[in-house]
Order: sequence, then C-alpha cells, then structure tokens
Amino acid sequence: MLGELFADRKFTASLSVLLFLVALVILSFFAPYDPTRWLQVPRNQPPSWTYILGTNSKGQDVFWEATFAVRNSLAIALIAGVVSRVIAVLIGLVAGYRGGTTDRILMSVSDGMLVIPLFLVLVLLASLLRGRMNLASLGLLLALFGWPWDARTIRSQILSLREREFTYTAILSGMRTLRLVIREYFPFVTPLVLSTLIGNMAWAISLEVTLAILGLTNLDIPTLGTSLHWAMSYQALLLGYWWWIFTPVALTILLVSGLYWFSLSLSEYLDPRTRVQRTGARPQ
Amino acid sequence: MSLLRQYFLPRLLQWALVIFCGITAVFFITRLAPKDPVLEVINQLQTWGGRTMNPDTLEQTINTLRELYGLKGSLLDQYFLLWRRVFTFDFGPSLFQFPTPVLKLVRTYLPWTAALFLTTTFLQWTLGNILGGMAGYFSQRPWAKTLDFLLATVRPLPHYLLGLLFLVLFGYVWRVFPVGRSLVFGRQTTFDLRFLVEVFRYSFLPALTVVLLGGAAWFQQMKLLVQNVKKEEFAEYARFAGIREPHIALQYVIPNALLPQITQLALMVGQVFGGMLIVEIVFSYPGMGTLLYNAIAKGDYNLIMAITTLSIVFISTVVLTIDLLYPLFDPRVRYR
Repeated sequence: MLGELFADRKFTASLSVLLFLVALVILSFFAPYDPTRWLQVPRNQPPSWTYILGTNSKGQDVFWEATFAVRNSLAIALIAGVVSRVIAVLIGLVAGYRGGTTDRILMSVSDGMLVIPLFLVLVLLASLLRGRMNLASLGLLLALFGWPWDARTIRSQILSLREREFTYTAILSGMRTLRLVIREYFPFVTPLVLSTLIGNMAWAISLEVTLAILGLTNLDIPTLGTSLHWAMSYQALLLGYWWWIFTPVALTILLVSGLYWFSLSLSEYLDPRTRVQRTGARPQ
Repeated sequence: MSLLRQYFLPRLLQWALVIFCGITAVFFITRLAPKDPVLEVINQLQTWGGRTMNPDTLEQTINTLRELYGLKGSLLDQYFLLWRRVFTFDFGPSLFQFPTPVLKLVRTYLPWTAALFLTTTFLQWTLGNILGGMAGYFSQRPWAKTLDFLLATVRPLPHYLLGLLFLVLFGYVWRVFPVGRSLVFGRQTTFDLRFLVEVFRYSFLPALTVVLLGGAAWFQQMKLLVQNVKKEEFAEYARFAGIREPHIALQYVIPNALLPQITQLALMVGQVFGGMLIVEIVFSYPGMGTLLYNAIAKGDYNLIMAITTLSIVFISTVVLTIDLLYPLFDPRVRYR
C-alpha cells in the first residue's frame, strides 16, 4: 500500500523538500545567535564560509535567521490549520447530519464568510491589533477565517454518507448519534481532513507573508513574512543584497509548494475513486 | 413568476444579509479592538511634534477627531452613523491626505481597481476553464501533462511573491516593463492611443500575476470536472457517432462542466479581489490596494473603513450579478 505512495514522484519530491525544511527547524534549536537581537555579526556581508548565506543590514546571520523563520512560520501554519480543521469538522458534521434549518443557517454563514473579501477584514483586524500578536494569536486569527470552504466539503461528504445503508442499519440497531458519527463517519472524513489540513497550512503561510509585508504582524518575531518585510524595507533589492531577499523568497516557495504537492499526492492516494482510476489506467 | 420567487428573491435576500453581516462585523471588530484610533493619532501627533499639547487643545483635538471618525455618542448612534456613511458614501476627510474627503480619493482609485478586477477575473476564468477543459479531455497528451505540472507549481505561490518575482525579472533584470508609478494615471484621462499603450504597459505585469495565479486554480478544477463528464453516456455516444474529438470537447463536454464553475466563481470573487489588492501593492498600481497600503501605513482610520465597507458592498454586488445571470446559462433553473 505505502509502496504505491512512494512510487509517486510528486510524493517523494515534496516529502524530501519538507524533510529538508524540518531539518532547518531542528537546526534552529542549536543556533549560536539570538534571533531577536541585532548587530550580532558584521553587516551586509555576502555569502562566505563563515556566513553561508551572508549577513543582513540588521547585523544578523541570514542562515540562522532563516531557520527561525521557517520554524515560526510552520508553527503559525500548524496552529491555524489544526484549529480551523476542528471548526470545519464540527460545522460540517452538524450541518450535514442535522440538515434542515440548522444546515441552512450554518451554510449561509460560511457562504457569507466566503463571499466577503476576508482579506480586507483580516487587514482591518490586524491593523487594530498591530504588534500585539504573538505566534499563537496570529495562528488563531488565521484559523478563524480558514474553515468555511472545508466545512462545505465535509458537509457534502456527510450528506452523502447519511443516505447510505449502513447509516440506517446503525440507527435501527440503536447506535447513538455521537457514536455513529465517530465510529462510522470519521474514517471517511479523516482523509479529507488530512489533505485539507496541509492545503490550509500552505494558505496560512501565504497569508502570514502578506500580512507581514503590510507590516501588520509583530515584526520582532522572525518569520518568513517578517524576514521579507525587513529585507524590502531596507531596500535590499536596490542595494544588491540579493542573498538577504533571496533566502526568505526561496524558502517560502519551497515550503508552500512542498506542502501543496504533498497534499495533492496524499489526497490522490487517499481518495478511493482516483485510486481505482489510477490502477485501472496503468496498462503495465 | 415562480422563477422570481424561488430563485431571485432568495438571492436578493442573501445579498442584503451578506452586506448587513459584513458591515456589522466590521463595526464590532473596530469597537472591540484594544486600540483607540483617536488616541493613536494623538500619540503620533505628539511624537512628530516633539512636544506635548496643552490640555485644552488636546481635549479639543480629541473631540474633533471623534467626530471626524464617527466615534461620537452611544454605540447605537455610532452604528447608525456607519450605515449612513455607507449609504451616502461619505466617510469624512482622509487623514493621509488631509483635508481631501475620503470619497474623492476612493473615486480616483476605484475605477482602476474595477477595470483591473473585471478584466483579470474574466480572463482567468475563461482561459483557465477552456485550457483546463481541453487538458481534462486530452489528459494523456504530453502538452496537457506539462501544462498541468507548470500550473500546479505556480498555483500555491502567494500573490505577493509571484508579483515580486515578475517585478524583478521583467522590471529590473530584463527591462521590458516599466517599474514604479506612471504619471499617466494621475492625468486627466483622454482616450488617445498613447494613453492606452501606457496604461497597458503599466497594468500588464499586475494583470499577468493575477490571471496566472487565478487561472491555475480554475484550470485544475475544470480538468477534474471534465475528466468525469467525458465518461458520461452522451459524450461516449458522440464519440461513437464519429464526431471529431476537439468538437466534442468544446461543444459537448466543456459547456456541461462549466455550470459548477459559474457557481464557484460567485464564491471565489471575494478571494480573487483580495489577491488582486496585494498585487496592486507590489506594482504600485494606483488602485484600492495601494490606497489601502498607504492608509494602513498612516493609520488613516476613515480611509480603511471606507475601503473595507465599500469593497464588501462591491463584491457582494458582483456575486449577486453572477447569481442573477446564472439562469441564462442553466436551463434547469429557468424551467423549474
């Protein structure tokens, strides 16, 4: 079973990219510098043997700073992803299982949240909370906005499960609702939750970068977004300090694309329908 | 009549509800936030001025600012005032360009945003769906696989990052497109050829970024849809009848897979709009995004409120329009 997953080049490539980034995160725990302090090393040095990725105008080692950036960005994404999954599963389950008025109310709330340009509301919120946010509260803020789409997906999955025969069998044999949902429905919902979790993490990382560029997050915490923000505001592009700007850009692309391809190959693997298609389509 | 009652009326209701909830949410977000925008400005004034104001002047300034920001009176008064501002489009003066009314700023920037938004949304939706449909129908061809790979690589990138990459590549390294802000945008608009060429040169890269990122998403969704539709009986039948494959794809399969994509468009415009605002900032395109960026930097409360609330109204109306046009494309809704 797992062999099939590893035969997928998309999966192995994205897994190795993600493992590389996790290695960076682990390295950050052994960093020789405090990431929040300035003027630790000579400023604006190009990459060399002492400073692999050079140093920036704040007097920090770009490489070690980047390890912290990846770690913090991943932490924000993980908080946002997990919390918004909990909301999405709860709302999707309740709306799909209860149906009727509950369903209509919950779905018009989530449709409303999709329709409103959430980015603007988020900007408004962040500009009022500017500087007061730490990693956890930024993650929670993103989680508050990350659930509507996936709640819809989970709801439609539950709707179709509810009409299946095993549901009636379970109800008629006296199984309680909660037990039915956990025992019988979760196995169907879990793959969906997993693949949307990773997709949602990529979304949260992009949004963090955007908010940081606008200067709306706590700029003292090194993340991919704030690293880019500092590089841009010190005009690293015009002054030719390419290593300073290149590092967060490359890492963001690696992280976001890695997560996206990972979720793509995972959902292909976990979705039984495409699995049948795939094995059927393979003539060898 | 029944179409009106069963289809249009609920849509209109949903439109009013979304605007109501959106603006109410914006109101409460600003009231619950721990920061008082008035005191924020006072702090800034004192830091810039380098000295403290005497108590009387301070009191007066605070009162004036409260009035300008619509923060006077009870919570209910303020709430109704916000609605009056939304209905009359009158958000008081801007702090960022005092004493220019916010409305005047929005009026100069909004047409550029609306033009870019409508063009890029149309382009990304049509291009993404047609290419995605063809790639889904001919999914085993090498070109379809290559295109799929390229677009799946682009799709997850943040708008800001892709914009920045294009800006560096085509603005600094290979100088084909101009960088920075054009004078042409501020000028009185005369629609001659030079003006149009200039506008095209300055909006090409922002438009490319938005169309590429959005189009990639439509492409992938459409590809999946078409892969399912092409296995349905009517498509098989057309194939047995000997109709040419490209003809089946374009005339039979794609139109049928397009309907869910119209519904999807209505749900996605808000996010497409948000992404576009960020791209505007990267390229200093003179639209609402850039205006918002300046407003945030200067802490211009009135301007931020105006942009947020008016965008909610704008986007909800676009969604309503799509919903109302939907029966034109789907006969099942018309003849229910």
